[in-house]
Amino acid sequence: MKITYSWLKDHLTTNAKIDEITSTLNNIGLEVESIGEENKNSSFLVAKIIKAEKHPNADKLKLCTVDLGSGKKSNVVCGASNARDGLLTVYAGPGAVIPKKQLKIKVTNIRGVDSYGMLCSASELSVANESDGIIELDKNKFKIGENYFTSNIEPAIDIAITPNRGDCLAVRGIARDLSAAGKGKLSPLKEVKLKHVLKNPFKIFIEKNSGCFAFSHCYIEGVKNVESPKWLKEKLLSIGLKPISAIVDATNYIMIDLNRPLHAYDSDKIKKNIIIRSSKKNEKFHALDQNTYLLNDEACLITNENEILGLGGVIGGDSSSVSMSTKNILLESALFDPIRISKIAKKLGINSEAKFRFERGVDFNDMVYGLKLSAEIIQKLCGGKVSNIVAEGQKSFIEKKIKFNLEKFKSIVGNSIASKEAKKILTNLGFKIKDNKDTFIITVPSWRGDIHEEVDIVEELIRIRGYDKIELINPTLVNHSQILNEKQKLVRFLQRSIANQGFMETVTYSFTNSKIDTLFVENNKNLNIINPISNDLNVLRSSIFSNLLIHLKNNINRNFEDQKIFECGPTFYGPKSGQQKSVIGAVQIGKIYKKSWLEKDKEVDIFDVKNYLLKTFIELGIQEKNLFIRQESEDYFHPGKSGKLYLNSKSGLILASFGEFNPKILKELDIKQMPIFGFEIYIDQIPLENCKIRINKSKYEVSNFQKVERDFAFIIDQKFEAEKIITTLLSINNKLIKNIRVFDVFQGGNISSDKKSIALNFVIQSLTKTLTEKEIEELSQKIVQTMKKTFDATLRS
Amino acid sequence: MDEILILGKEFKSKIDSADSTIKIEQIKSEAFGKKGKISELFKKVPTLQGDERKNFALSVNNLKDNINNLIISKLNQFEQKEINKKLSSDKVDITLPGRPISFGKIHPITQVIDEVTAIFGEIGFSVAEGPDVENEYNNFTALNTPPHHPARDMHDTFYLDENKETLLRTHTSPVQIRTMLSSKPPFKIIAPGRTYRCDSDQTHTPMFHQVEGLHIDKNINMGHLKGVLDYFIKKFFEVDKIKMRFRPSHFPFTEPSAEVDIGYELKDGRVVIGEGNKWLEILGCGMVHPNVLKNCKINTSIYQGYAFGIGIDRLAMLKYGINDLRSFFETDVRWLEHFGFDPLDIPSNYRGYSR
Repeated sequence: MKITYSWLKDHLTTNAKIDEITSTLNNIGLEVESIGEENKNSSFLVAKIIKAEKHPNADKLKLCTVDLGSGKKSNVVCGASNARDGLLTVYAGPGAVIPKKQLKIKVTNIRGVDSYGMLCSASELSVANESDGIIELDKNKFKIGENYFTSNIEPAIDIAITPNRGDCLAVRGIARDLSAAGKGKLSPLKEVKLKHVLKNPFKIFIEKNSGCFAFSHCYIEGVKNVESPKWLKEKLLSIGLKPISAIVDATNYIMIDLNRPLHAYDSDKIKKNIIIRSSKKNEKFHALDQNTYLLNDEACLITNENEILGLGGVIGGDSSSVSMSTKNILLESALFDPIRISKIAKKLGINSEAKFRFERGVDFNDMVYGLKLSAEIIQKLCGGKVSNIVAEGQKSFIEKKIKFNLEKFKSIVGNSIASKEAKKILTNLGFKIKDNKDTFIITVPSWRGDIHEEVDIVEELIRIRGYDKIELINPTLVNHSQILNEKQKLVRFLQRSIANQGFMETVTYSFTNSKIDTLFVENNKNLNIINPISNDLNVLRSSIFSNLLIHLKNNINRNFEDQKIFECGPTFYGPKSGQQKSVIGAVQIGKIYKKSWLEKDKEVDIFDVKNYLLKTFIELGIQEKNLFIRQESEDYFHPGKSGKLYLNSKSGLILASFGEFNPKILKELDIKQMPIFGFEIYIDQIPLENCKIRINKSKYEVSNFQKVERDFAFIIDQKFEAEKIITTLLSINNKLIKNIRVFDVFQGGNISSDKKSIALNFVIQSLTKTLTEKEIEELSQKIVQTMKKTFDATLRS
Repeated sequence: MDEILILGKEFKSKIDSADSTIKIEQIKSEAFGKKGKISELFKKVPTLQGDERKNFALSVNNLKDNINNLIISKLNQFEQKEINKKLSSDKVDITLPGRPISFGKIHPITQVIDEVTAIFGEIGFSVAEGPDVENEYNNFTALNTPPHHPARDMHDTFYLDENKETLLRTHTSPVQIRTMLSSKPPFKIIAPGRTYRCDSDQTHTPMFHQVEGLHIDKNINMGHLKGVLDYFIKKFFEVDKIKMRFRPSHFPFTEPSAEVDIGYELKDGRVVIGEGNKWLEILGCGMVHPNVLKNCKINTSIYQGYAFGIGIDRLAMLKYGINDLRSFFETDVRWLEHFGFDPLDIPSNYRGYSR
């Protein structure tokens, strides 16, 4: 909502300066977004084209040297056919904002030539609707170097009106709030002196459930629509509205002044019987914005028998619109259902001023007053005879009463307010009060549809009194143990554990490109976003890897070949609320050591990735002996180089999966650099009780007796996994065998192709004594026997 | 006796002139070996009597000790020399680079959520969470924003179905509803998390982060709200004084509602929070609307309280001098490296909220 200081003064008698006004507006909840820069008009200068030559690289463009007065010259590329030597026109320099499209002028290079600014057409300057070529100025009226716009246009104060304050979409509403805040006195409403000399020939019939609550109208005969007078044009221009004609401008003026939308019909183009009804499905309506809209059954229509004259409260029809040749008009001032307006306008994508205002509520009592006032202005500007005013539908406003106790103020705000102060504030805002000590019976004014109950009254009081008057109560420090629950602690621990292993944490959108996401999870169609921001962010992600790999690729394109990145966040498995999982996904590509004099280059491999996982889970408090790896694969991983991490047994809970990404996937993603590894931790699967280190830790037992080490190498069938071998051997005697390490795996050579050699190092130690040679020998025999029996493995000789 | 003195001199000069461990070993066996000269002297002892025997034995022992000490000290000398020689030949160019150091980083969003949690945790708030996909009721209707309320237009909502029943939450406020419906008052929670609006330009991203606050109890008023926010902002920006302005505003789910601005100034192109004379809007808040409490089956004659919503990304930008919101979500490794945090920097009251 834009206003100017002088317009405000139409309703407010005040001595307050403009900055006092704006700071008060901020303090009472009418947020000032900007105050128009007064000097912005100085960027449009009257200029003379000294020379207009053909652009060296474009036939239709001209290279103009322009004289800006006081010896200043500029070079501008211009496409207008009328640009010629000696022409007096308007030059907009860099920084200027072209009124028509709000386009900011910059120095640009047009086909190899720098252009410093722009020569403007009349329509670009918003001084004409249409224009051909750049504006041509009269040498006798304009001087080179002068500002084209006379700077008597006031700066507009742009106020962000919250949706509850329809009443402040009127200059008068803002003036009322300011007066309540002590910044002046609200002037009484102008009295309308209008003679009704004609009988209104129109008959209005409002159908039930039409979406129209009330409809008032009058007929004006014999008008001469003209260009608005200077005062009206400047008023509209000052707040950024384009003057059109006296009749339209007068209705727009009332709309801004009082928040009372009006509509004028060319009454010669319509029949006298008007029916207001609901639209029918698939009805078509041609509006004055030149669009044809296909309606559903929810719109409120102003109609003749066979023709739609307007979409009530949203936009008028094209066929009945007012033009410069209009002679007789029907003036409408009505009240429409805000919900119906909101629905249909949203559906059709229409954002009119009228719609905006009806949605936020207009004052019932202004309906007829606004009609009279506009009729008076139109008559003054365009002549004509005015009929009587007829109002159909709802006859009067039903007043709302609220019982309010001053105690409520204290309870909500913290400190109390005196009865006298409260009464003054409310009265100035237009509330009527009957009081009995601290209890008020408050009548809400017709323009405040947002006030329903006691807390609303509290807000009015504290808003006008000032939020700075609320006394601050310092919080007390509280010692409480449950800031985070166990799950939340777990998530936060995991994030830092992964980062501590050299991964960079990222945060990516929860949505992604469906084409990429389906590479990881098929059938995620039902996760489509109905109104995505773009086609490559059109689906909720069902895999954490979709975005990570997209971004990994972007980083490769930035020439980062070695990357470790991870994200902790949601993935989705269904469109319903709660159908989401909390996961950590990580991806890695490239070398661990690179061009080092100490170490050879080392590419990341699957065992690095496995170790990250193990380290993190051990850090989390899960004992290594309870973690099991199964060689099984998600489809997006390399089937031979991927696995899953299980808790307690190979049929236990799946905690994580990891692997090298399947080259097929990378091909689809158009990533040429390989291999890429990834892992995913399923946070929701991790049982919280397993992470309590204090509880899960085994008893502290160390042995001071001598430990011995023995090495064995076995020839064993390829199919047996190392983990299985180790757990089997440990179970021979887990009191004596402290640890088994694999120190060599070998295939080929003289070993048959279905076998492998695996070399194991055993640490053997007793808690209770030094083992004798005999005991060690017995254990060694057992190891060999077990290997033979279980895996048909033989000692390598 | 002269014999002993002469022998002593003889060995001393031999030891002095010895130039290798081998020579010393030779001297050692010459002196103390089976047929060594000093060993021979010891053999003489039993042949003597009385004082003579006593004196002789003492002298031979002294000689033995002296020679022994000389040998040990000479051997030590050689050992030292050997070590020194080894050390000087063992030198490496310590200025050569070691193995590459790789650092992991924590994203600024995570870090700021942890900071915010630590600060509010100290004054009695617990962390609550809710799903990213919400139903229309929790996101709007229960928050006193009925269908077709103009306030819904201010949230450009992503929908997941044509009937607009499921959506991506446009704010963290539905966590208020979930919290209040799932338990009984009093409530004192913060809810940090992802939020979504169908908006993308220089200063908006379709996903961003908020932290919701909710405190419902007996006798909680706007003074408490002001106090908590004042405390938070001072702690978060680590300043003792802060200029804070409460401006009346409108949110359907609070009444009265306020927006909060903090004072700042620009120093060398950096935003400095504190007492400057410019204002920056950083959060919205208010007293929870009675309709919201009623929707959550809370007795409004006993309980009332406040709620607030703060933009986390905004806080991070202000505190850490990040200019571009979009960069938060672009995973540019250079950006992550620059603005990320060391994983060991866990914000806490005793080690500091930030370094």
